[in-house]
Amino acid sequence: MPSFKMSRRTLLQTGTALAGTTLLPRFAFAQGGAGGRLVVAADSEPRNLNPAMVASNSVFFISSKVIEPLAEASYDGLSPRLAASWEGSEDGSTVTFKLRDGVTWHDGKPFTSADVAFSAMEVWKPLQNIGRSVLANLESVETPDDTTAVFHFSKPMPLQLMRNALPVVTSVLPKHLYEGSDISANPANTNPVGTGPFKFGEYKPGEYYLLTKNDSYWGAGEPKLDQIIFRILPDRAGAAAALEAGEIQLAAFSQVPLAELSRIKDVPGLEVITKGYEDLTYQLIIEINHRNEMLSNLKVRQAIAHAINKAFVVDTVFLGYAEAATGPVPHNSKEFYNPDVPTYAFDVDKANALLDEAGYPKKDSGTRFSLRLLPAPYFSETRGFGQYLRQALAAVGIEIEIVNNDTPAHLTAVYKDHTFDLSVGAAVFRGDPAISTTILVRSGIPDGVFFSNQGGYANEKIDALIDEALVTVDTDKRTKLYDEFQVLVVEDLPLINVAEWSFTSVASDTVENIANNPRWVVSNWADTALKS
Amino acid sequence: MQRTWRLIRRRAVSSIPVLLIVVVGTFLMMELASGDAVDAYLVSLGGGDAGLAESLRQSYGLDQSAVARLLLYVTSLVQFDLGWSVAFNRPILDVILERLPNTLWLMGSATALAFSLGSLLGIVAGARPGSILDRSLSAGSLALYAVPSFWLGLVLSLVFAVQLRWFPTSGIETIASGKTGLARALDIAWHLVLPVCALGFLYLALFLRMMRAGMAEVWRQDFVLAARAKGLARQRIVLRHVARNALLPLVTVLGLQSATMLGGSVVIESVFAIPGFGRLAQEAVAARDTPLLMGIIVVSAVLVILVNLLVDLAYAWLDPRVGSGEASA
Repeated sequence: MPSFKMSRRTLLQTGTALAGTTLLPRFAFAQGGAGGRLVVAADSEPRNLNPAMVASNSVFFISSKVIEPLAEASYDGLSPRLAASWEGSEDGSTVTFKLRDGVTWHDGKPFTSADVAFSAMEVWKPLQNIGRSVLANLESVETPDDTTAVFHFSKPMPLQLMRNALPVVTSVLPKHLYEGSDISANPANTNPVGTGPFKFGEYKPGEYYLLTKNDSYWGAGEPKLDQIIFRILPDRAGAAAALEAGEIQLAAFSQVPLAELSRIKDVPGLEVITKGYEDLTYQLIIEINHRNEMLSNLKVRQAIAHAINKAFVVDTVFLGYAEAATGPVPHNSKEFYNPDVPTYAFDVDKANALLDEAGYPKKDSGTRFSLRLLPAPYFSETRGFGQYLRQALAAVGIEIEIVNNDTPAHLTAVYKDHTFDLSVGAAVFRGDPAISTTILVRSGIPDGVFFSNQGGYANEKIDALIDEALVTVDTDKRTKLYDEFQVLVVEDLPLINVAEWSFTSVASDTVENIANNPRWVVSNWADTALKS
Repeated sequence: MQRTWRLIRRRAVSSIPVLLIVVVGTFLMMELASGDAVDAYLVSLGGGDAGLAESLRQSYGLDQSAVARLLLYVTSLVQFDLGWSVAFNRPILDVILERLPNTLWLMGSATALAFSLGSLLGIVAGARPGSILDRSLSAGSLALYAVPSFWLGLVLSLVFAVQLRWFPTSGIETIASGKTGLARALDIAWHLVLPVCALGFLYLALFLRMMRAGMAEVWRQDFVLAARAKGLARQRIVLRHVARNALLPLVTVLGLQSATMLGGSVVIESVFAIPGFGRLAQEAVAARDTPLLMGIIVVSAVLVILVNLLVDLAYAWLDPRVGSGEASA
């Protein structure tokens, strides 16, 4: 093919000529010394960057550098941010926050307790996806002076829950920009103003978000970086290529697919990091529709649990980047994890026996009955596990028909129309079971609430435990209630917890202070630096 | 000149039902897909309660019936108002105009590459139909045509961006570079090299094959025999007599191809992270943003109609026989 050679040659010549001219500024930049620009891959573009309203990881990823919460998670308890200290009254009716003094907003106005009171009463409680339930009993916020905010609750508020909810729920908004406006349509939602180490610079849709250093940040000597750029790379192979080419220095939230990690690990200058996600643990769950007569039989649910080889799932579906789950609270929750729960070992014979006992013998075709399985499309791992589950259940005579949907269709089918028998889902453990875990088994939740118990499961004992823990102020007592909760859930299997996984980051070895807290990717990155 | 105006008028009138069918068809398909824009938005929040979903539906008018929403959309479309995007929370026209130039650059350059290189190679192949050169060119181009576009894109990016680092892996321009004018234009051109090649090489085969087949046909015509008989140089016969006559059908295909290119750019734009039209369409579907998707499809349809009109005009200009018959009809 001589003509092809010709075209390729001309292509190469123009290529080298152009590369020569454009590579120069890039090298000059890399030698910029201290400070510098960190370029990070991002795969989604949240339209609302207001973390006080939208408490989700894709929003925090970008806006947590701009807008700060009262406190952030750390590997030993909480580390104070806008609040210097906090204290709960003995009866649980109030929680008092002492706020940091001398903090200013990016527009120069002082930060005061009025901002906290406004955010709590006007945004977190009425508008925020998580605050709506966690702060449901918040009655008023009293501000005796500029650095004190007292939260009053109509029912006892466990300080343990309040503490655990602080990093996710309490992003503080500037009252002077939001007061008297339609909060959900405020222009500051897309151009956020906060107290954080970085100011929001520019957003070019489909290309990047630019954050710049806040010179008057309250933290001494912080931030260390001059700029952070979140570059939009929708294709997952694209993030790996950009890392290898040195165009970006960090890809978080497993944007580099698991299958590529073994190769990327050996690329000089790149590191694979699994730390920094401990408080963002995702749980692979099988959601069960208890309206189905067969699935409402405990023996059938137990048989399904016995039919799953969790170790195989961890090794094959997650390539080892996960841990087998034992119950509804993940291992890395030091405060709540209860190891003393019933276990369901991988045992095909036992599963078959249970199904026989339940009154579903194998027919001539070798199958007992068939079920619809809807694997959630959010992650390749949820889809991959769906494939595995079909094979695993075929081995015990349950035929599975897999129904694949895209995200909106999946949510509608499972959480609104309930047109499923089994669903592979992903739940998030957010530091306290009351935040987003108990909702997966509590009865009486209206139709259409995503990531909640929509399988028609109702268990009075579990409901009573959940309600009691919600108003139990004593930390030890409350923790015990959740120990019992875990036992009951694993015994009765309203859902089956299969595995727990965190995300991975791939970073250039020039990036310093990575993953130094359990919510690192969604924290403020004030101490993150680039080696010069 | 009168002939041109008549052609434009006829095309404008006939495009109205086409646009209407496109709008209603898209609307119906989006209605059939389960889940709406609010569902898709709530996923990005990690869930929310039923009250939140209800109030969002109201504020976007999604609580109204499908017929009412379609009527509302069509009436505002007639007034050239494309509406408001739920997913981007901005006017749809703004979102589209922001993305359209990127796709036009990508598509235009890729079409130019496919057409020029394809017809050039077609001439080389068609100059001696059946020769070894002809056979290898045909086989090579078909092999290229059979390759999926994302794969070609990834391989180009792996070789020329990751390994050799001659071109950037992705993006439309250097981020936050502050470049303006010529420097910026060069920067964009440099970023477009790989995506244009990935997209253009795929369609090259089509033009090559058309050109070659057309030439093979013309070779058998009497006037070529006459040209040879009067002793014209072979090169002159190939270029002036054979290739020129075989070029006409290619212009028609060029118009048809513009629609295919729009589709192909979805994949290439994702692979190379180019904020273009195709990626916008993909995002609109994922977000169940019906008005945005319809806006994109209407603009694409107009684009395809325009390109085909231009092709017709060019055709009439190239070949005097075209359109003259319509005057009497």
